Amino acid sequence: MRIFVCIKQVPDTETKIKLNASQDGIDESGIKWILNPYDEYAVEEALNLKAAEADSTVTVVSMGPKKRVVDSMRTALAMGADDGIVVDCEQEFDSATAAVTIAKVLKDEGSIGMIFTGMTAIDKNAGIFNEQLAEHLNLAHTNVVTKFSKTGDTCSVERSVEGGTTEVLELKTPAVVGATKGLNTPRYASLPGIMKAKKKPIKEIAFSDLGFSDTQKVKYINYQMPPEKPPVKMIEGDVAVQAKELASLLKNEAKVL
Amino acid sequence: MAKVLVFCEYNDGKVKNGTLELLSAAQSSGADVTALVLGSTAESVVEQLGHYGAKNVYLCSSADLDSYNPELYTEVTCSALNKAQVDIVLASSSQMGRDLFARVGARLNTGIVSDCTELSLQGDSVKVRKPLYSGKCSAEAEFLNSPTKIVLMRQNQLPIGTPDASASVEVHNLEAPKAATHTTIKEVVRGAMKRLDLTEANIIISGGRGMKDADGFKILEEAADVLGASVGASRAVVDSGWVPHSMQVGQTGKTVAPTLYIACGISGAIQHLAGMSGSKVIVAINKDPEAPIFQKATYGIVGDVFEVLPKLTEELKSVLQ
Repeated sequence: MRIFVCIKQVPDTETKIKLNASQDGIDESGIKWILNPYDEYAVEEALNLKAAEADSTVTVVSMGPKKRVVDSMRTALAMGADDGIVVDCEQEFDSATAAVTIAKVLKDEGSIGMIFTGMTAIDKNAGIFNEQLAEHLNLAHTNVVTKFSKTGDTCSVERSVEGGTTEVLELKTPAVVGATKGLNTPRYASLPGIMKAKKKPIKEIAFSDLGFSDTQKVKYINYQMPPEKPPVKMIEGDVAVQAKELASLLKNEAKVL
Repeated sequence: MAKVLVFCEYNDGKVKNGTLELLSAAQSSGADVTALVLGSTAESVVEQLGHYGAKNVYLCSSADLDSYNPELYTEVTCSALNKAQVDIVLASSSQMGRDLFARVGARLNTGIVSDCTELSLQGDSVKVRKPLYSGKCSAEAEFLNSPTKIVLMRQNQLPIGTPDASASVEVHNLEAPKAATHTTIKEVVRGAMKRLDLTEANIIISGGRGMKDADGFKILEEAADVLGASVGASRAVVDSGWVPHSMQVGQTGKTVAPTLYIACGISGAIQHLAGMSGSKVIVAINKDPEAPIFQKATYGIVGDVFEVLPKLTEELKSVLQ
């Protein structure tokens, strides 16, 4: 069975974000790029499934500037994935374009056993790729999944929704499953894993060769930094005074009670 | 005049505040407002939808829609949108909202922007802004190649209007969906949570490692009872197993934007700030005066949370009386 994992490269959470001069994006110089944190859960689950099902392989798929994207792909390969496919695309693209593109790439690969994605990418936080990919492939999907098991041609998934409620669903496979925290504990890449990853094959496809146009649905413009926040008001005095003062400020100054 | 469809989320015969915010925004812009409501008790909220501005309500009362099945919901929602022919769709950026409209957007080949925090409707145009890169900046989203513009709003961002009890609505019944072929709901285990979900809460009181252990959360619960708040937590305490993951605020947890966020014994790692910096008023109580949380806070108290919080709860009780 061929298991696919869709991954994205995002700026490290700790990275400082600055806007570019035309304010239609961020200044990418000096940014440290990492594998999207939710995608680590997706890779781990794919590797667990591979271990459970004989004759399985894990292929990681991604889209973006080839030079950079291959780095996070090597992270997934070092964890144990077998090979990669990168759609080289220098220009900015949205989730809708990514979903249409990756759907085409996977269709062209032939037989799909299972697809994993992260719940959302922490850069633009659209959180819609999983569902849109499933729609274009006419497959079932579940996102925000915290438990997964597969038997024969169905899989059972649990997703936690608002209010601490858990839903248990059964999906016909192949299906598109979106991973979140709680699903597993992603492994660290071992040193031999990192060495091996360097030799694993990565197939390259040029986005411009796929012939898509008008796939972009959303474009971000007029970027802004958050408004300057007034400095914190520290409340001094002994505990009784502090508590009284804070309650009064919340009621009379901030008017939030 | 823009035609706007608002997707209704409700619970026990009551329309959720997130939906009321959207109806109010649509109505006050002068748009022609339609609502869509699904499930066997959908009828129970039709009047409320009318009072908050819906002129038309599309309704499907099939019991197959009582739990969220993406396959069935997508089918019914697309059929409603094909009938209603609206310019703009507004829904909450809840888990259901995102899941459903992502798929609907792909099926109808139209654009969708999730997690918006600003919305402005004027005539036919809609302007939205959303936080990017964990709230480190924000941007306006422009729709391209999108016959219908689907906007998913974060909850707690817009005012709720005054209901007009004399308003009437016209109901349009939708056909029940065909049986699902790919997705079966096996079980729905309702959470034992007695409080509002963090994403819907107006006030949140959160605890971090400074609460010492799981028992330490008791004083947060007591404060939450007084405030009518929901209780959240930092990643560190979720990873330690003191509280369930459903309470985690921040990256790999929930993104919240309440009116008041009280952070107790939370140092303020960037991953936590990413999930709560959109809160209107932030209170930080922490022993360490150098804790990064103070840089994000509106009000700060340096002190032992086990001394400060019980006293604060008492004081809040008296100002709320």
